[in-house]
Amino acid sequence: MYIFYALLVFMIIAAIIAIETKNLLSAVICIGALGFGASLMFLFLRAPDIAITQIVVEVLGLIILIRSTISRDLTFISGDKEFFGTVVSVVIIFVIFLAGVKVFETLPDFGTAVFAQVPEAASQTYIKEGLQSTGAANIVSSVILDYRAYDTLGEATVLFTSIIGATVLLRKKAKKLLEEPDL
Amino acid sequence: MPYALCFLLFMLGLYCAVVKKNMVKIVIGIMVMEYAVNLFLVMLGFRVGGIAPIIDRAQYDPVMRQVAAGFVSSSVDPLPQALVLTSIVISLGSLALMISICIRTYEKYGTFDITQIRRLKG
Amino acid sequence: MKGMTIIVKTISSWVKMLIVLFGIYIILFGHLTPGGGFAGGVILASSYVLLMLAFGKEFVQKDLPLALDSKLDCLGALLFAVIAVLGLVLTDRIFFTNYLYQEYLPGKEFELISAGTIPFSNIAIGLKVGASLFLVIFLLSTFRRETSANTKE
Repeated sequence: MYIFYALLVFMIIAAIIAIETKNLLSAVICIGALGFGASLMFLFLRAPDIAITQIVVEVLGLIILIRSTISRDLTFISGDKEFFGTVVSVVIIFVIFLAGVKVFETLPDFGTAVFAQVPEAASQTYIKEGLQSTGAANIVSSVILDYRAYDTLGEATVLFTSIIGATVLLRKKAKKLLEEPDL
Repeated sequence: MPYALCFLLFMLGLYCAVVKKNMVKIVIGIMVMEYAVNLFLVMLGFRVGGIAPIIDRAQYDPVMRQVAAGFVSSSVDPLPQALVLTSIVISLGSLALMISICIRTYEKYGTFDITQIRRLKG
Repeated sequence: MKGMTIIVKTISSWVKMLIVLFGIYIILFGHLTPGGGFAGGVILASSYVLLMLAFGKEFVQKDLPLALDSKLDCLGALLFAVIAVLGLVLTDRIFFTNYLYQEYLPGKEFELISAGTIPFSNIAIGLKVGASLFLVIFLLSTFRRETSANTKE
């Protein structure tokens, strides 16, 4: 259990450095460390599918962030935003954090299986009958592609839409329309 | 206790998204929030001494078509893992969209600072 | 955009085939070992990103033009939808059933060709995710160079 605490503290320190530093390159590299810590955490939480996906997605995310922002307006936003606004935001976030900790104490302890206490939970059916009903040895694959295939269809649609949005925003033809009235 | 640390990570991301002035810092804050939420969902399904939800050939009885009872009683929850898997790939798509908005705004105004964008009238 | 030095070019031309092979393995064995369509698709996209970083954009534009990439993306999404609709048409009026498994039912678990439509869905998802992500990263890198070239003049 101590490995979880060590990895969570590492992730919190990386997040604090990523938020407070004034150098954009350091912030992006600390996001890389955060994703790596999350992938290790998924491995110790017995989720190997998600660990593989997290590490490769984090590498591509780092490439996107570095390629787009470094060698532009690198760094150093000067000055302070309104002091009063910052203090009010910090106070409100601290109050929400204290309330949230109280709420989390009502959940079952970390490590006890929540789904084993409910006899007709959906996960019990997936574990007991997953192999006979679908034939796949990897139960997570049978859940996302047979029992819950609608969610995968929705995910494909959301990914498609966001890529179309990014492609439309990055077109170069808009510049030609702006040049014509100058003639 | 691990739930509280995960919630602290989420609150740090929220602080960054609300208070900072640089657009790329806001994007970084949103990414930290996404990492915290995915981590929390997978932590809900954990069982101490559990094994990953992948069936080995030795645990399956092909005659009775039944999985061994040891696997059923010690496997972790597969349902949160299925939901988080799609969520991680969607976060990459939304990161690409946010960064393309930042690049377009930089090209038009010349800065990443959000207070300058309000004052200049393009 | 120019590429990198000759050491990087040589090594990456050997390593890229290993990355593509690993991505195809993760996609095809998604129903037996950890992995699946999403992780394998992202690994395939990252092999082309390695090529773009090491050799420059013009090389990759000749190798995999953007029009072909868009069509691969749409083909992956269409294949996934066709698999779903065939489940509606062929059996039982239930959308998205695993009809192939219910025909070839008895005892073929733990092999590569098993589990009905799950490997085909994995291939369609892997193709779609890989093509989309490579398209976006290519456009982001190309846009950056155009802008800084315009502002220098």
